[in-house]
Amino acid sequence: MPVAVRFTNVHRHFGAVRAVDGVTLDIAEGEFFAMLGPSGSGKTTCLRLIGGFEQPDQGGIEIFGRHAEGLPPYRRNVNTVFQDYALFPHMTVGENVAYGLMIRKLPRPERETRAREALALVKLNGFEGRYPRQLSGGQRQRVALARALVNEPRVLLLDEPLGALDLKLREEMQEELKSLQRKLGITFVFVTHDQGEALAMADRLAIFHSGRIVQIGAPVEVYERPRTRFVADFVGSANVLPPTYAGEAGAAAKWMSLRPEKIRATAPEQLAANDEASLIGTITNVHYQGALTRITVDGDGLTLRAAVPSDGRRFQTGQRIRLSWPASAMNSMDDDP
Amino acid sequence: MTAPILAPTLAEPPDGILRRVSDHLYLNPPLLLGLLLVPPLLWIGIVYVGSLIALLIQSFYSVDEFSGMVKHEFTLATYAELLRPANIDIIVRSVLMAAAVTVAAALIAFPIAYYAARYATGAVKALYYVAVMMPLWSSYLVKIYAWKLILAKEGIITWLAGQTGLGPVLDFVLATPVIGGPSLSISFLGMFVVFVYVWLPYMILPVQAALERVPRSMIDASADLGAAPGPTFRHIVLPLAMPGIAAGSIFTFSLTLGDYIIPQIIGNSSFFIGQAVYAQQGTAGNIPLAAAFTVVPIVIMAAYLWGAKRLGAFDAI
Repeated sequence: MPVAVRFTNVHRHFGAVRAVDGVTLDIAEGEFFAMLGPSGSGKTTCLRLIGGFEQPDQGGIEIFGRHAEGLPPYRRNVNTVFQDYALFPHMTVGENVAYGLMIRKLPRPERETRAREALALVKLNGFEGRYPRQLSGGQRQRVALARALVNEPRVLLLDEPLGALDLKLREEMQEELKSLQRKLGITFVFVTHDQGEALAMADRLAIFHSGRIVQIGAPVEVYERPRTRFVADFVGSANVLPPTYAGEAGAAAKWMSLRPEKIRATAPEQLAANDEASLIGTITNVHYQGALTRITVDGDGLTLRAAVPSDGRRFQTGQRIRLSWPASAMNSMDDDP
Repeated sequence: MTAPILAPTLAEPPDGILRRVSDHLYLNPPLLLGLLLVPPLLWIGIVYVGSLIALLIQSFYSVDEFSGMVKHEFTLATYAELLRPANIDIIVRSVLMAAAVTVAAALIAFPIAYYAARYATGAVKALYYVAVMMPLWSSYLVKIYAWKLILAKEGIITWLAGQTGLGPVLDFVLATPVIGGPSLSISFLGMFVVFVYVWLPYMILPVQAALERVPRSMIDASADLGAAPGPTFRHIVLPLAMPGIAAGSIFTFSLTLGDYIIPQIIGNSSFFIGQAVYAQQGTAGNIPLAAAFTVVPIVIMAAYLWGAKRLGAFDAI
């Protein structure tokens, strides 16, 4: 599959801050690609480098095989949905959406037809005459999406596109964005700090930490097999077992991660299966979350968090309990660089 | 047994009179609003609007030709007098000067305001504010006399022109009819320069405030949608800065229109509206005509604002 965006050892520094510190990355055509990381990890700067709002200090960026260094945003076939949507307040929704076409001097009737089609694509038929200030947050976001898509970009960049929406709307938009991307076949690159969003939407994701990519892979890979302690901790929540634990069990002394939902909680007298590791401890915290109950257990010098399906059992702090998990659920990984 | 809900858990201050007043005001927002608004409303309503109305009424009286006394009867005679060719000249001259000053102030202010809103931060921004406002700290008269010296035939500009061999250029400019004169300090050109100087801060600050409200992402979005810097300026920055330019132009236009000191000190002997008012109410003792002259800027400003609104200057507010 052709490469849509290629970063080769890209650096972008702001004074002493190495916002992007040697990123190498290939994004395939038609891919839904997520850049995930905490704030200040360099993911947004990478997005701005693709958009042309930033230029690399070092390294190369190619967009569909064309070198993009030194190209301003208005010479790239890439469009962006901005975090604050950046709709033009003095223009109607229709004029906002048709802005790119107006700049390219398309005749007015064609502009209007295509703007209408783009608005229909995001289910805002009939909104052409309104002003952005008359719309809700979710509607503004759709206008921003239509305004970008109407230009038929080869890559669509989305900067925290769902950050400003409430939970219900966010989940709805996640599915919609996903189906829109499948329908149009455009490469989507989106930046988020929300790991749930990234896991749910992306075909592949890159985890950013301090200006570098620590892991790239499909959501399942990244979730099941985090490569470093940082990834295990940032993507979902994980129990991180120190190298001494694996060492005592006779394996190579490496850090291990263990997802809370892989852990079973049983009565202490009930023995674990052959292929399971287990531990007896005392519950120190119980956190009921509806479908799941999260419990924290201290034992054998370890603190483990388990997420147990709420099946009517009651857990209480101070209670003795056995936690067991399949040995295969433990994932060995590197320490953070 | 349950504890009383309002049981004091912390030591409360004693229930003094001030405390009871503030409790009462907190619980009665309309009362507080009324107390805050009544004094300024009295000021605006009586002292400000009231005197303006008194002025308007004066303009409908006339002066008795024989006695020179004001006749307190409704008449349009004063307005007929206002529309005499000599007075029309004064009005046209003042409006043209105000328009020229406004356009020049907008052109000079925009880049300064743009720089301040977009790029200046920290100490540079503080320095910018000081630099813009500093002219307002010193006396208006001192500044104008200083300009008189700068522009005079013996002043630094003439000297500089002579030193750099630009003397003939200056002479050529001064020889231009209407705007020229014997020296810069006795010409409309010199007056224009001084007007632009004194009113410039009033243009820079509102334009800067308007530009501050244009987020960086909006300019990025325009570039992202294919617009080079020129079209971005035309389609996004300028329309969004327009309310600021309109606000600034109200200051520069009306301040120029009403000023009577600069035309007197820098100009030649042709009158401007402000001078006409000054002369009519003072030496000539024709209060009604002076009042009628002050109505002119009010009418012009009303027409100006109406026109600006029609052109969409306030759409982006």
